[in-house]
Amino acid sequence: MEKDRKEGIKGMANPGRYGIERVAYWLMRITGLGLLVYFIGHIYETSSLLDGKAAWNSMLELTQTTEGHIFLALVIGMCVFHTGNGIRLMIAEAGFGFGKARRPDYPYTPSSLNMKNKLCIYVSIGLAALAMMYGLGVMYDV
Amino acid sequence: MSSIMRESHIMKIHYLTALVAVGFVIIHIMVRVMQGFSDSLLFDNVIANYKSIPYAIVLEAMLILISVHGFNGLRIILLEIKQGRVYENAVTYGCLAAMIILIAYGSRTIIMASMGMV
Amino acid sequence: MAAIFPVSSQEKHEKTKPSTKSITLRISKFNPGKDHATTFLEFPVSYEKWTTVLDAILEVKNYHDHSIGVRYSCRQAMCGSCGMIINGKPKLACFTKISELDSDVVTVEPMNNFPLIRDLVVGFERMFSTHKRIKPYIIREDSEISSGAKEFLQTPEDVEKYIQFSGCIKCGLCNSACPTMAVDSTFIGPQGLAQAYRYIADNRDQGKDERLRIIDERHGIWGCHFAGSCSQVCPKGVDPAMGIQLLRGYLLGYRK
Ligand code: SF4
Ligand code: FES
Repeated sequence: MEKDRKEGIKGMANPGRYGIERVAYWLMRITGLGLLVYFIGHIYETSSLLDGKAAWNSMLELTQTTEGHIFLALVIGMCVFHTGNGIRLMIAEAGFGFGKARRPDYPYTPSSLNMKNKLCIYVSIGLAALAMMYGLGVMYDV
Repeated sequence: MSSIMRESHIMKIHYLTALVAVGFVIIHIMVRVMQGFSDSLLFDNVIANYKSIPYAIVLEAMLILISVHGFNGLRIILLEIKQGRVYENAVTYGCLAAMIILIAYGSRTIIMASMGMV
Repeated sequence: MAAIFPVSSQEKHEKTKPSTKSITLRISKFNPGKDHATTFLEFPVSYEKWTTVLDAILEVKNYHDHSIGVRYSCRQAMCGSCGMIINGKPKLACFTKISELDSDVVTVEPMNNFPLIRDLVVGFERMFSTHKRIKPYIIREDSEISSGAKEFLQTPEDVEKYIQFSGCIKCGLCNSACPTMAVDSTFIGPQGLAQAYRYIADNRDQGKDERLRIIDERHGIWGCHFAGSCSQVCPKGVDPAMGIQLLRGYLLGYRK
């Protein structure tokens, strides 16, 4: 009798252990899901327009709170990271940016985990942080 | 879905919807920020926005592109989490249905608001 | 040679001279047919600069607990038998020196995302059959061995295009690290996909379309999200993540 050692969702969703690329993979999933939730919420929120000014204003009141602003700032961050990292992935998944395959030599540095990719990940995270700050600035009229 | 379409075609759609949506989202955000963020949310301003046909088209395009991209992404994650014919079909058609419902619901807002039916 | 003393017994092993450095080797024990839960056996193991994790496990197995299940053959990172989780990461036991782990405790467990046979040994049937599914051989109508035929010549540049991927020893470490494999065992996995690229990139091969059709399905190549963990752990420099992305180029129309 064999027992499957599948790591399961816990293993899939564990961003540690395997470097920044695995963190980017994890962030990409989380931000994607977060953005989908926001998107559905946003469509629901804007539909209150059809019920007239009062409905719209009370919906606005619900969202124009400190928590609402923090959530929106997070959405901005998620959006920027998902876009930046998404563009990196599109380029990489098309097979660009790895250089040529070659005979590997010890200690075998994999060219798929190259600096260009790492830099793009860090830049996406950095841009997301900046965009969140800018967003908060706009929301609070700083 | 994947019985009708190869997975690579779905992924091409996934990439393409993402790229085009990014362009539209930038326009959407620029329009809001240029009006002044809190002013842009005033009821009359929002209605005026919807009545501008090019902007309504931007909104509708964004609605479709992001729904397709988002629900396909969700489908991809859900199909990885568990396998099996019944589950996989439920996920695939469930995501497709959710996508269509969201697009329909959002379109209702856009069409009615832009035609002044508020 | 490493000298080992089990925790329970204080007797010294007479023939071996103990080294000054020692670690605690924790070995995962679990027999799916008999046991209810995994237990860890602990052995203090002294080691030298060159002692590998496999050396240490074999010392324990030879002198202290014969029942430990471990698979190995070449002891030089060639056969792909001894992959296991060493201090949390998939590695080859014969290719990992204790000194490089930089830890007083070395924990060895069977690889993740494979069916467990016993203790440190996992079953490779699924990986091998997936590997076979991508047709890991040169496909073409003529052959080098039919009479009158010449061998298929390749330039060094032609060889360079795939040689990196042909270094795969089927150890399964990449599949063990892969986040998609962690939840989806029907996924082809980095091992199989990298091999699909190895044959497609070989200019003697004519099976590209056939293979692309096999991998372009629901649990095929698109299950890769380029988390790069496979390449992080591959002990042979195969860089499966690179192979997979290059392979996708064909499906997206960037490569012919
Ligand atoms: S690609 Fe590397 S890690 Fe994966 S099976 Fe082959 S040698 Fe092992
Ligand atoms: S024993 Fe052959 S690879 Fe380790």
